[in-house]
Amino acid sequence: MTPNSMTNSPGSGTTLATQRDPAWMGRVFWFLAAIAIAWPMLVATEFKPWVLFEPSSLKPTLKFLGDFVPPKVEPGFLAMVAKETWRTVAIATAGIAIAFLIAVPLAIISIRVLSVSALTGRMNLLPASVRYAARTIAILLRSVPELIWALVFVRVVGLGPTAGVLAIALTYGGMLGKVYAEILESGEPHATTSLLRNGSGRLQAFFYGLLPQNSAELTSYTVYRWECAIRSSAVLGFVGAGGLGQQMDTSMKMFAGAEVATMLLVFIALVWIADSASAWLRKALA
Amino acid sequence: MKIALSGIDSRHPAARPDSVPAIRNVSVAIKEGEQIAVIGASGSGKTTLLHVIACALKPSAGHLNLGERDPWSLPTRELQALRGRLFLAPQTPPLPPRQRVVTAVLAGRLPQQSFIASVKSLFYPSDIPGAEMALARFDIAEKLFDRVDRLSGGERQRVGLARALASNASLFLVDEPLSALDPTRSKQAIASLTEAAKERGATLVCTLHQVETALASFPRIIGMKDGALAFDLPATQVTREMLHALYANKLDELNAPMPMSDELARPAAPAVMHCR
Amino acid sequence: MTPKTPSAANETYRLPKRLFDARCRACWFVFGLLCLTVASFATLDLQLAKIFSADSAARMGKFLLELTSPTADPTFLKKLWVATFETFAMSLVGTAIAATLGLLLALPASKTHDADPARGRGVTRLLLNALRSIPELMWAALLLISAGLGPFAGTLALGLHTAGVLGRLFAEAIENAPQNAAFALRARGVSEGRVFLYATLPQVLPQLMSYTLYRWENNIRAAAVLGVVGGGGLGQMLSFHMGLFQMPETSSILIAMMLLVALVDVASYGARRVMQR
Repeated sequence: MTPNSMTNSPGSGTTLATQRDPAWMGRVFWFLAAIAIAWPMLVATEFKPWVLFEPSSLKPTLKFLGDFVPPKVEPGFLAMVAKETWRTVAIATAGIAIAFLIAVPLAIISIRVLSVSALTGRMNLLPASVRYAARTIAILLRSVPELIWALVFVRVVGLGPTAGVLAIALTYGGMLGKVYAEILESGEPHATTSLLRNGSGRLQAFFYGLLPQNSAELTSYTVYRWECAIRSSAVLGFVGAGGLGQQMDTSMKMFAGAEVATMLLVFIALVWIADSASAWLRKALA
Repeated sequence: MKIALSGIDSRHPAARPDSVPAIRNVSVAIKEGEQIAVIGASGSGKTTLLHVIACALKPSAGHLNLGERDPWSLPTRELQALRGRLFLAPQTPPLPPRQRVVTAVLAGRLPQQSFIASVKSLFYPSDIPGAEMALARFDIAEKLFDRVDRLSGGERQRVGLARALASNASLFLVDEPLSALDPTRSKQAIASLTEAAKERGATLVCTLHQVETALASFPRIIGMKDGALAFDLPATQVTREMLHALYANKLDELNAPMPMSDELARPAAPAVMHCR
Repeated sequence: MTPKTPSAANETYRLPKRLFDARCRACWFVFGLLCLTVASFATLDLQLAKIFSADSAARMGKFLLELTSPTADPTFLKKLWVATFETFAMSLVGTAIAATLGLLLALPASKTHDADPARGRGVTRLLLNALRSIPELMWAALLLISAGLGPFAGTLALGLHTAGVLGRLFAEAIENAPQNAAFALRARGVSEGRVFLYATLPQVLPQLMSYTLYRWENNIRAAAVLGVVGGGGLGQMLSFHMGLFQMPETSSILIAMMLLVALVDVASYGARRVMQR
């Protein structure tokens, strides 16, 4: 008879045995485990917040931050910032445009719904392996961060926007290709397969069956990626791929707080505009 | 706690100020330690009445007195202290799904606990025997350390009532405590509730759909109809005709109380877009 | 003689709609897109010809070929292991900082009930947006001045950016949480802090954890590259060896990065599965 089974008559609570919380030991264990895990992590990251407040680092920080006000608004400088901001947007746009050109064939090749041999049972070996290869290429392109592609291209083509455009093109090409394929395969395949069954070609089936079904979602995703690319292209500047990031890197290395402040504000505004534009477009498309 | 309502009008906070109030011109006096059942068809203003007494809803007209004081003229601090002395149990038990039963029951004691004590109680329950005793009155002591979302609807409702008993309130305002319970459990739950209130001399105001139970267990019955008081009588003087008048057009409710939905609200799965 | 209404070769209503119509939003969208793209390519002076030249194609090929021959030198692997662990730790600590800071900022940034004045809501949301719109890498570059070169700057950078992202998501989760549990406690005069701990938090916790884990997957990718600007971890090693054109080492580092990312994805997926129970 467990202590709990004595509690049948309501109101006779006095005979209850006092219980301990069964979860308590577990909680203590997990708490200690968390400390045991956190400790080496904090050591590895050299987590010493007090470093921030040591005079040797506090003084330059305060001086740098003090320079932030007022931001630099000299006309010549502003013109340069405007030009670099446009370059940032241009790198993102050109990158996405090339990425689109990479992604569309990758996606079309890798969609299983467009397989003619799969209509009558299993897919043949050759098309299956081609589809698999296209998928692998997309995943490989995507798995390398754009910053690393940029480092590689800076070595190959030199400093400047070309490296940034190519880096965005490759990473985003992989991403778009993979997601396009996922979007296109997620829908109802009936319209497409019936076109294929009636003897139309794969591309015809794509344009008349798959694409109209999914065009809004595809466009919306591409617009969202464009917004992401703008953030990326600003960051890529830090490794020498041109645009706002590169100027910011230079100004930071010279501890020019006022210039950094202006560029940060411009960048925040740019992200905000891209964010609202993309949100508006996606809403208009939905 | 003594309660006095005189000429109370009240409407839902989201309602427009010129709309018809949910309760109109309600005047009731309740003595300390009294036990009252409020009956009436759905939409008759029972819940609104409870919310007004619980100081959760400010009356738009009329006068409310709780323990000889007007709560809405008190400074915020005292109003909060007063609220801590009463217990409002909503119809759907207000229990977070992933909380444990013991924590949910002990949450009834929060008004009397310091902040530190209530944080500590999250890590190790402050009064396990107290929670167990409250649960035992409703015959679910064995669920003490279970998670709320692993309980059935009826069990959750009884946990909600146990929370009321675990609190040190001197006024219980219980909204439809039996909606998810079968007849046997209902009888037992009402017995526990009235008994516990009597033991500590607390006032009990309970809205009920089960008219038979109300008449059998409560000495005084208040009938509400369309937001107004229909009758306020000892249970022995309530006649069949009065009940039929009260539930006019809604006789099906008089015979078969509507069931409560047995669903816990689960938060939707997150959908986050990532740039990477 | 002449018909009253001159008829065209085709009746107008049989013609397809004109391709461009000033009232058609999609047309303007496509037109704007084309303009933007053309302007981008025109102003950037890309040396695309250069990259497709035989010379640079050969260099690129050599480069990529070298990248597929990783080194397995034991002393190097030891250093690589340290850097990998450092990156992992950065992502974990950074995410933990972000979750804590995000939660602290989400509380004033959310309006929990109808009568809540939520005075700090606007200001806190502005702060969250500012934290969010500056990418991790930019934060790292900024923090180098006060935190110095090394993983601490990177960790803080991850923490700050992610705090902005999570803070906003947390605030939305808190605002959308079911109200009845909180209402019952509030009706009894329980203070806001304890209402949060006893009613709101247990309801939204799974969602908050899930957001945090998603962000962790994201942060391991960010942590891997933060070192490029001096934020420690694999990225720092990568930019060092790539700068010296030491391709076998670079290749090993890239493989370590991919493995680490895959590992964290699996761990996060597993954790989310466990939490759903």
